[in-house]
Amino acid sequence: MLMWEFIIPLMAAAVQSGTPILYATLGEMMTEKGGVLNLGVEGIMAVAALAAFVTSFATGSPWLAFLAGGTAGLAFASLHAFVCITCLGNQVVSGLALTILGLGVSTFLGVPYVGLAAPGFDPFAFPLLSSIPVLGDIFFRQDMLVYISFVIPFFFWFFFRRTSLGLHVAATGEMPAAAAAAGLKPVALRYFAVLTGGFLIGLGGAYLSLAYTHLWTNGLSGGRGWIAVALVIFAFWRPGRAVIGAYLFGGVMAFQLRLQAMGTHIPSSLLLMLPYLLTILVLILSAWRGRRIDAPAALGTNIEPEA
Amino acid sequence: MKKMMKLFAASALSLALMLSLFACAEAPEEKKAEAPATQSEATTEASGEASPDASGEAAPAEEKTVKVGFVYVSPVGDAGYSYAHDLGRKAVEALDFVTTSYVESVPEGADSERVIRNMARKDFDIIFTTSFGYMDPTIKVAKEFPGVRFMHCSGFKKSENVNNYFGRIYQARYLTGLVAGAMTKSNRLGYVAAFPIPEVIRGINAFTLGVRQSNPEAEVRVVWTKTWYDPALEKDAAKSLLDAGCDVIAQHQDSPAPQEAAQEAGAYSVGYNSDMSSFAPRAHLTSAMWNWAPMYVKTVEQVRDGSWQGDQALWWSMQDGVVDIAPMGPMVPEDVKAQVLAKRDELMSGVDTVFAGPIKNQQGEIAVPEGTSMTDGEMLGMTWFVEGVVGSAE
Repeated sequence: MLMWEFIIPLMAAAVQSGTPILYATLGEMMTEKGGVLNLGVEGIMAVAALAAFVTSFATGSPWLAFLAGGTAGLAFASLHAFVCITCLGNQVVSGLALTILGLGVSTFLGVPYVGLAAPGFDPFAFPLLSSIPVLGDIFFRQDMLVYISFVIPFFFWFFFRRTSLGLHVAATGEMPAAAAAAGLKPVALRYFAVLTGGFLIGLGGAYLSLAYTHLWTNGLSGGRGWIAVALVIFAFWRPGRAVIGAYLFGGVMAFQLRLQAMGTHIPSSLLLMLPYLLTILVLILSAWRGRRIDAPAALGTNIEPEA
Repeated sequence: MKKMMKLFAASALSLALMLSLFACAEAPEEKKAEAPATQSEATTEASGEASPDASGEAAPAEEKTVKVGFVYVSPVGDAGYSYAHDLGRKAVEALDFVTTSYVESVPEGADSERVIRNMARKDFDIIFTTSFGYMDPTIKVAKEFPGVRFMHCSGFKKSENVNNYFGRIYQARYLTGLVAGAMTKSNRLGYVAAFPIPEVIRGINAFTLGVRQSNPEAEVRVVWTKTWYDPALEKDAAKSLLDAGCDVIAQHQDSPAPQEAAQEAGAYSVGYNSDMSSFAPRAHLTSAMWNWAPMYVKTVEQVRDGSWQGDQALWWSMQDGVVDIAPMGPMVPEDVKAQVLAKRDELMSGVDTVFAGPIKNQQGEIAVPEGTSMTDGEMLGMTWFVEGVVGSAE
């Protein structure tokens, strides 16, 4: 009884609310693998969510809208790439500026779209797979964008482990000077990482306005971008752990609401602290295990041209 | 040297970025404050042209122009709380002696104080601050500008030039409860609620009293989101209630996301603020609605003829036209509709028995004895749940 009424719906909700975080975490991981820290995730998600919504509203095509979200994320991230890679600006400052700029721009441009409804993605039972007991109910009664997010971590893993381009990108993140000495083009590779990362973050933003809700409103990103930044550290820059982290956070968010819906008498203020307590706990735990070594060695440092 | 140049260029660029975003943050606000004003000038001119025979009166009317300001907590276009206030503003705007301005999405607290002070400085005659959290900033600014009149919505403080006002939305909530109680099959209803403050608790209680009037077996489960406006979170909260077996979702939130969630799950929903039927036509039973227009117009007319008085606590009711319910959906049976409308007629005639005893609290103890009724003061300070509510009022 508890299983069907509480645990399975909770897990399914965890997957759904974890999905935008998963896209964004993978995007940020991609960026950082190339050696660039992008703190603009929150802003990129907001801009992408608006771009996706507007596209869906104008064209009626959710697929086009999903791509538009990714493209908007890419375009917005290119600003960060230009400032940090070409102009050698401070990555932290540029990223923070991107967040505030993104939230401001999306709020400003989104005013006419607040309160309108646009076509998006709805959950459906995935043929065959949805009939697997328990797992089918949790993972395969979701919307199309969730299914897509299942395969991205595999591509991610494959890209960095099995393709030369992936190895080159990782090399630029570890030691750009050595990569350059080996005849690679670190600047181009970093651009690639930041732009691809921006695209993925943008898909996460698009998820919010196309599947999570079918509405646009300012503040839709709701701090999820910041959680993604923390999750990259939690995941030690590994896609598999990013999946666990994203669903864990999605789960904690969904858990506190469900605990209330069950009719418990625990003050809601205490329950609402849970996701934030978890964030702090995760950061302490990663620091305690001393796994910062897993971070790309050149993360946050710009490639200084030889004078 | 080249390196230095690049560093300099980079910091200059990031500075430019920062500046541009500050400009962006300011831009919408100023634009909002001005745009409606220019619009209203246009309407005054237009009405002047439309009635040339009244041109003799036009000149003095222009001198008497009343400048009215509104401060909203959420975006206007949200079909929610601020949207309802803005419909009131538009009714005021339509008066030929009035110009209006508004600022939307103003966070409660220090930011709102700045916005309210800015308005007061620009010679507004009366300023409506429409959210609970604007209470202290309003009182503070009002002290600095004794010549400006203030109307603060949903609070409890007042002063020489500040009135607090609100509507008895609980009357409409009670009626929506009657409908919801008659429609539930699982006898379990869900209520997505923002903050555990008296205004929201009173609404939940009134709804529950209505539900239990139609269906004494039913219970109302409450989930707090701790936000007025966050569609994603509101939808999640509604889903958690639906998963827990609730088949009617009511809300004290400003976005239509809970309605969407109810429709997707094949359940029913009760809206709030305005008629939310367009967002979930198959789920929407009815909505508890605000209609600020009549009282806003009356208040501004009082400002014009000088009869406006401060230091009052105004609590307008269904009789004043400030609150009502949306037309009930086609799924509501005729006998239920008739019963609800009969109760509505009673409220319309000024007979308010929503919080009349006997009322038990969550623990089953008598909180309001038979033969007595809660006073306005007791209702405004309500921090406990009535019997039938499942959840914590904290």
